[in-house]
Amino acid sequence: MQKMALEITDLIKTYANGVEALKGVSLSVEKGDFFALLGPNGAGKSTMIGIISSLVNTTSGEVKVFGDSVQKNRSNAMRHLGLVPQEHNFNQFETPLDIVVNQAGYYGLTRPLALERAEKYLRQLQLWDKHDKPSRQLSGGMKRRLMIARAMVHEPELLILDEPTAGVDIEIRREMWEFIKGINEAGTTVILTTHYLEEAEQLCRNIAIINHGKLVENTDVKSLLASLDMETFLLDLREPMSVPPSVEGISTRLLDSTQLEAIIPKERSLNNLFSALDQAGVRVLSMRNKTNRLEELFMRMINDDNQDKTEGSAA
Amino acid sequence: MSVKLNWIGYKTLVRKEIKRIVRIWGQTIVPPAITMTLYFIIFGNLIGKRIGQMDGVDYMTFIVPGLVMMSVITNSYGNMVSSFFGAKFGRHIEELLVSPLPSYVIVAGYVSGAMTRGLIVGFVVSLIAMQFTHIAVHNILITVSIAILTSILFALAGMVNAIFAEKFDDIAIIPTFILTPLTYLGGVFYSISLLPEFWQKVSAFNPIFYIINGFRYGMLGQSDVSIGTAYVIILAFIGLLGGLCLWLVHTGKGLRS
Repeated sequence: MQKMALEITDLIKTYANGVEALKGVSLSVEKGDFFALLGPNGAGKSTMIGIISSLVNTTSGEVKVFGDSVQKNRSNAMRHLGLVPQEHNFNQFETPLDIVVNQAGYYGLTRPLALERAEKYLRQLQLWDKHDKPSRQLSGGMKRRLMIARAMVHEPELLILDEPTAGVDIEIRREMWEFIKGINEAGTTVILTTHYLEEAEQLCRNIAIINHGKLVENTDVKSLLASLDMETFLLDLREPMSVPPSVEGISTRLLDSTQLEAIIPKERSLNNLFSALDQAGVRVLSMRNKTNRLEELFMRMINDDNQDKTEGSAA
Repeated sequence: MSVKLNWIGYKTLVRKEIKRIVRIWGQTIVPPAITMTLYFIIFGNLIGKRIGQMDGVDYMTFIVPGLVMMSVITNSYGNMVSSFFGAKFGRHIEELLVSPLPSYVIVAGYVSGAMTRGLIVGFVVSLIAMQFTHIAVHNILITVSIAILTSILFALAGMVNAIFAEKFDDIAIIPTFILTPLTYLGGVFYSISLLPEFWQKVSAFNPIFYIINGFRYGMLGQSDVSIGTAYVIILAFIGLLGGLCLWLVHTGKGLRS
């Protein structure tokens, strides 16, 4: 039987100050998956990653990484895992080479192999020309790539990236995507948390959304996107309009005299809208999705969940 | 298999710690050497000449074991507390906490690093002492073993301090208000026989008193306490603090949320 990369069972975490960060989350991630863990700030994502990587103790529940329990057999579980945390957590006075080689040593790699692997990953992540400079001299994007090289040096079966592209420019972000995609294609299971939902939509096959310490959704990205029943488009108009066109089944409003917002149900055709605009003598210069599709779903789920919480507490 | 992997992890951690000591040698090796040189010049040479003899040896020779031990104690403790708390404060302790290394390897690695600095500084201070007085070591085995055990003991004490510390002030309080007074009152500069009977009894509760006298026995062949008692006290404290450190790192107190 194929082992799951990650199995989380009834995970509860209550901090000493009484904050309930996780309220009984169960989740599994298949071997080889590219998995997105999403949720608003404070939803419990970082606590969950902290528990998986043994940086946070559980209140109850169990986490298994490739069948090894983090709570009962921590050392074996950690051998399968590589972590790229949200915050920089390396010694800023050490060089990138030392940081990566030392991490390899903690995983039992001999020094010659550690040096070989460190060079391989520092080169792949375009950091080799800085390998002997103090890491405090690296730019923000370089520091993030250094943490990826460090996490990859023991070639883990499961790589967890906690907002790896936060604050990096689009060019570096796309390079990082390519690198991570390559790692996943080579067989490493990847779990990603991100606030860039475009990133999750483009990279991930499966997704879990957590809010207020509970699992709101856990499905594959395709099914989730298929469940989207409305899309919002923005149309740039050549001629100004004073009244938005009235089209049956489509909600329209003018954001300004040359920008029209249209909320269109999935079963409706866009042709109706264009016909109405054509009749009004208005020509469309360009059209785009107002938000990323996953972002639209994400916001809806989080809002629904928050509304349920409010109603529940009011009752 | 895991023994071999843990051994590689231990060596990596020790190498990293030694590299740190060497990288900042201006902070780790030079200042204690300068301080001790001043002690030898002022207390040993200038004031010591007027004091004459203490317990049958000239005063300069008498203070050498105490000053060497003082260097070993403060540098083992200081290295551990600054390195471990620095790693905690800068969050790079997480590199170790997410790794498969068991708690005992993490404790052993940091203790070995702190021991290295304590013993290097102790050796440097001994070399400086030789410029001021002739020292014929009475028993090399006792001298070296007491120095090693002392460095282990104070490295462990430094780790407990670093684990509980939440800010930089917390790592300065213990050395300033506990360690330094106990070291000075542990007989570095005087024989206990000079004290009134009451203060002699109070000194018996100071563990550093036994350490300094144990080392003095190894170097000079004379001591205010029996060498057996010194070993028992040092080993008992190593057992106590070692067990505490292992428990703290294993359970993640002050390290894991």
